[in-house]
Amino acid sequence: MKDSILHTDRLSCGYKSKKGASTILNDLSLKLEKGKLTSLLGANGTGKSTLIRTLAGVQPAISGSVLMDDQLLGDLSGREIAKKLSLVLTERVHVGNLTVFALISLGRFPYTSWLGKLNSKDHEIIEHALASVKMLEFANTHIDELSDGERQKVMIARALAQDTDIIFLDEPTAHLDLPNRVELMHLLRELTHKFEKSILMSTHDLDSALKLSDELWVIDRDHQLSEGAPEDLILSGKVEKAFEQDELNFDYQFGSFEKLPAAYTKEVSIEGDQLIAIWLKNALKRNGIKTIENGSETILIKGDRANYHFELKGRDGEYSTIKRLLLKLNNL
Amino acid sequence: MDSQRRLFKPFAIPLLLIGLILLSIFDLSLGSVNIPFNEVVKILLGGISENEAWQNIILKIRLPRTLTAIMAGAALSIGGLQMQTLFRNPLAGPSVLGITAGSSLGVAAVMLATGSAATLLSIQQLGIGGSWLIILASTLGAGLVLFLILLISFKIRDNVVMLIVGIMVANITIAIVSIWQYFSEPEQIQEYILWTFGSLGGVTNEQLGILAVVVGFGVFASFFLSKTLNALLLGESYAQSMGLNIKWARIIIITITSLLAGAITGFCGPIGFVGIAVPHLTRSFLNTSDHRVLIPSCVLVGAILMLFCDIIAQVPGSSTVLPVNAITAIIGSPIVIWIIVRRRNLKKSF
Repeated sequence: MKDSILHTDRLSCGYKSKKGASTILNDLSLKLEKGKLTSLLGANGTGKSTLIRTLAGVQPAISGSVLMDDQLLGDLSGREIAKKLSLVLTERVHVGNLTVFALISLGRFPYTSWLGKLNSKDHEIIEHALASVKMLEFANTHIDELSDGERQKVMIARALAQDTDIIFLDEPTAHLDLPNRVELMHLLRELTHKFEKSILMSTHDLDSALKLSDELWVIDRDHQLSEGAPEDLILSGKVEKAFEQDELNFDYQFGSFEKLPAAYTKEVSIEGDQLIAIWLKNALKRNGIKTIENGSETILIKGDRANYHFELKGRDGEYSTIKRLLLKLNNL
Repeated sequence: MDSQRRLFKPFAIPLLLIGLILLSIFDLSLGSVNIPFNEVVKILLGGISENEAWQNIILKIRLPRTLTAIMAGAALSIGGLQMQTLFRNPLAGPSVLGITAGSSLGVAAVMLATGSAATLLSIQQLGIGGSWLIILASTLGAGLVLFLILLISFKIRDNVVMLIVGIMVANITIAIVSIWQYFSEPEQIQEYILWTFGSLGGVTNEQLGILAVVVGFGVFASFFLSKTLNALLLGESYAQSMGLNIKWARIIIITITSLLAGAITGFCGPIGFVGIAVPHLTRSFLNTSDHRVLIPSCVLVGAILMLFCDIIAQVPGSSTVLPVNAITAIIGSPIVIWIIVRRRNLKKSF
């Protein structure tokens, strides 16, 4: 059994103009793994959208080739590609007067006859797509009555109705709030595992991408693309390199970027509940206070999350919140 | 509210059809000679009327006018619907994007052609050949402007900018016609100005056949494009990702629209407003964006609105006939404003 569903052979992509081609990404030999969720990460302007557009056949490659199921992308007609690959885009669709069902049924475009009439099989597939994104009860709702999160799920259902092995998503979580973002990522994971869909999504959401993707494609500022498991790419420093900026530091423990204070004004130590200690450290760091083994002050955490307060070793006073404690520390 | 609208849907098209038939008969009974309603029906059904003059008036003068109104309303509405979907802009329509202005340029080129005696009268005397000439000139003019707008639209993705460009191109076109008029003979200008007032009555029986062929072809072709137009609702990128050939879709849609708008403008003069308003009215009433429903409905709503305007233009009870172009705007615009204010969903339904 083959493990890749789409691969590229020395692919270069970018923009062609009258003055000649400007290549953004060079000489890529990539493999999109079957039934896996792959996230494409990279800072703005590194060529994420260009790569997705080229792989989807919307934009011509400068050189090299894209192969889908071992067929050259260039040899396939628009309709043939549409049966293998579907898209979900960042741009919000502005159409008010369509029901959710009608919008999803547009995904059947490559299969239906000239008038777009749906047969019983089409209906089945559309309902299945709706059920897969858990939007079945919204079938007759109008698109403009949906929230951003629901709308994005409908667009994914439309891609599912197109019944393709591959789905590309261009920043699908861009307009969503945090709970919706997490839900969407889990939905995508579910689709890859349940229905063997191969999903490639570009995203700026480093946190979810590192936690939930099977595979990562990371483009760094020199337009070099690295692929691998998220953890491998973190450990090898590829993720840090892709986003590095002078004032930002990559936290190898949490897999996120942070800005370190210019200088620490104090050094303290902490004793007590582990969970509270994590958040206390966070607050201290933000306020330019470093946490070390033997600091000038020792903060004692009393109690647990349900009921806690802070004390300073060798000093009088109790502090019921982190905010009050910080106020005290800054005035010492 | 929602379930009410859904109940209304299956009856919408039959209801519109009945409305269209009733309005047609009413339109036929109007004019300087008063002909009773039941006589009109009798003549239409092929019966012999006691009054032979009535029969002649109905069949030779009023029927062509009524049929022209129906076709003009249908063609302009379909043109407007296609433009609104293609550009994904609620303000698009044949007159706004300069298609009508392009037609005017084409007709002006024929009518004001220097030196020759190519007035409307002489063209009418040319018979069918001349009709084709006007349709051709008008369509070419419309197509030229639309092609220009299409070329620019490849560079510009923003719909609002696109619309402004369309209005500017229309202005340039109108300016060219003005300059042309400035250097033309008064008689030629008079013919041209009469043409710009818009008239549904100037179409002869022979020309009617040509118009019917062109409009019939255009309307059927648009119906065949329903699926394509539906795909375009999601925007060009999605349409392309579903396997639609955007370049060809654009070319075909624009060709059909110029043919429809060009033919009507050529024969009836530049009739504004209908092309923009009817698609909105139809979407709002039927609460759908599905072109398989919208296209036949737009044909009916467009025809009804145009007949209504024609009835007003006849000024019932008098022998005066007002320019139909002015009536579509004066009667139509308040209707649209009223509906927007009442229903508040014109934007939502787009």
